[in-house]
Amino acid sequence: MLGYTIGNWLLVIFLVPTAVVMLMPFVWMLSTSLKSAGAVFEYPPSFIPSPLRWDNYSRLFEVLPFARFFVNSLVVAGSVTLLGVSTSAMAAYAFARLRFPGRDALFLGYLGTLMIPAQVVIIPNFILLRTLGWIDTYQALILPAAFSAFGTFLLRQYFLTIPGELEDAAVVDGASHWQIFTRVILPLSGPALSALAIFTFLFNWNSFLYPLVVTNSVTMSTLTVGLNTLQGQYNTAWTLLMAGSVLALLPVLTVFLFAQRYFIKGITLTGIGGR
Amino acid sequence: MAVDVKRSVRAGPRQAHSGRLQRRTTSTAYGFLLPNLLGFLIFTFFPVLAALLISFSHWDLLRPPEWAGLANYRRLVDDATFHRVLRNTFVYVLGTVPAQMVLALLVAMALNARIPGRLFFRAAYFMPVVASTVAVALVWRWIFHADFGLLNSVLFMLGVDDPPSWLQSTRWALPAIIIMSIWQQIGFSMVLFLAGLQSVPAHLYEAAKIDGASSWHRFVHITIPMLSSTTFFVLVISIINSFQVFDQAFIMTEGGPANATNTLVFNIYRYAFQFFQMGYAAAMAWVLFAIIFVVTVVQFRYQRQWVHYD
Repeated sequence: MLGYTIGNWLLVIFLVPTAVVMLMPFVWMLSTSLKSAGAVFEYPPSFIPSPLRWDNYSRLFEVLPFARFFVNSLVVAGSVTLLGVSTSAMAAYAFARLRFPGRDALFLGYLGTLMIPAQVVIIPNFILLRTLGWIDTYQALILPAAFSAFGTFLLRQYFLTIPGELEDAAVVDGASHWQIFTRVILPLSGPALSALAIFTFLFNWNSFLYPLVVTNSVTMSTLTVGLNTLQGQYNTAWTLLMAGSVLALLPVLTVFLFAQRYFIKGITLTGIGGR
Repeated sequence: MAVDVKRSVRAGPRQAHSGRLQRRTTSTAYGFLLPNLLGFLIFTFFPVLAALLISFSHWDLLRPPEWAGLANYRRLVDDATFHRVLRNTFVYVLGTVPAQMVLALLVAMALNARIPGRLFFRAAYFMPVVASTVAVALVWRWIFHADFGLLNSVLFMLGVDDPPSWLQSTRWALPAIIIMSIWQQIGFSMVLFLAGLQSVPAHLYEAAKIDGASSWHRFVHITIPMLSSTTFFVLVISIINSFQVFDQAFIMTEGGPANATNTLVFNIYRYAFQFFQMGYAAAMAWVLFAIIFVVTVVQFRYQRQWVHYD
C-alpha cells in the first residue's frame, strides 16, 4: 500500500463507484438469472438470490435449442474468422509486395467501399442469397461476412511497415512468393493477425442484424438471434431472458478476462473494435 | 529465419527474361488476390452498385423491379416518419458521442496514474465493449423496467416518487438508449485515450511543473493538444459507428413508443425486411451513407484547426 500518493488514492475513490456502475448490469443479469420467477419483483431488490435457481438454465435449453445456437455461432464466427483472415492476408501480400497491372485501381475499389455502411450492402445481398436459395444456410451466414475490405486494408498497411530487407535474402536465394509470404511476412505479423482474428470473431459472434435477416428457422439461428426469439416468446420471463444473456456473454467474457492485453493491444494497434 | 535459403541456384538468369517474369508476377499476384477478390466483388463491390440501382426502383420481391427514377428519394422529402427517424438518429449521436468521450477521457486520465488495481478497473470499463449488444440490451431493458427495474427501485429509494417510465415513455425512451450506449462505448474510447496519454512525453509535464503551471493549465496546454490526434480518431470512429445504431433500438423498444426510438438503420430494416419495399429502403441506406460521408469529410476538412500531429 506504500508508494501510492494521496492523490492517487483519491483517484481510486473516483474510480470505485464508476466501476461499480459499469459492472452493475452484468451482476444484475447474473443475479436475476438465478432468481425464482416471483423473487424478480421483490422490493427492495436483492442481489443474492436465495435459493439459487439453477434450473432457470436447464429450462432455457428446454424451451429453445440453445446448444444449437451455440454451435451455430461458433461455426459461423469461426469460419468467417478463418476464411477472412487467411484470404485477407494473401490479398494484402499482393497489394503490399507485388507489382501487377490493375493493382492501384483494385486497391482503390477496396478503399472506396470501406466507408459504405453494411446496411447499404445488406439489401442486395439478401436478394442475391434468396435467388440462390441460400436463405437459412451456413453459407449465407458465413460467405458474405467473410471477405471484408477492411481486413485486407488493415493487413496491407501492416505489411508495408515490415522492412523489405528481411525478404531480400530470401528473394536472392530464389524463394517463391508463397514461401516469403508464409515464412517471412506471416511470422512477423503476429500482432496484426491476432488483432484482426480476435475482432473478426468477436464482431461476428455478437453480430445481430445480418444473421437476423438471412435466417428464418430456429435451428439456423445464432445466439443473438436466438436471444431475440426468446424475448419474442417469453417477453417478461426475466429469469429466462437473463439466463440466456449470461450464456451468450460467458464465452466471450471468459476469453477476454484471460487475454485482456491482446484485446487492448489490438485496439491500440489497429483502432478496430468500436461500434 | 525459416526461409529455405539453400535453393539459390535458380536466381541467375532473371534479368534476361523480364517480360516473362512480369507475366509470372502478374499471375502470382492474382493467385494471391483471387480468393479475397472474388468474395469482395460478389458480396461487396457489385452489391454496392446493385444497391444504387435498387434505390432507383420499386421492388417488392414478388414482381420484377420497376424503374422509379428519383421517386424513392422524393418520397423521403415528404415522409414525416423519416424526418422523425433522422432527428432521433442525430439526437442519439449528439447525446452519445460527446458524453462517452468526456467520460472515457476522465477515466483514462485516472487510470494513467500509478494507482492500485489498475488492471481490474481497466477490465471493468472495457467489459461492455466485448459484450454482445443484444445480451446487454436485454439486461438494460430489465434495468429500465418502469415498475420493477433496478434503476427505478434505486431512484425510489433516493426519494424520487415519480420516476420516468423510461422505455415506455416517448420522452425518456431515447435518453434511456443513449445512457445504455454511453455505458457500452466508454471502454473503447478509454483504451485509445489511455494509449494516447502514455505517449505524451513526461518531460513536458515536468518542465511545466517547474514553471509553476497548475494541474488545470497542464491539462489544457499539454494533455489536450498532445491528445488531439487520438481525440480526432476516436471522434471520427465513434460518430460513424453511432449513426449505425440498430441492436439497442430493436431489442429494447422496437423503435417505439410511437417512433420515439426509431433510428435510420432500424427504419431501413423495417422497410426492407418487414414491408419489403426494397427500393425505398435502399434509398434510405444511401442517405445514411451520404450523412456519414459528409460528416466525416467535414471533420477531416476542419481537423487542421485543432488537431496537432507531431
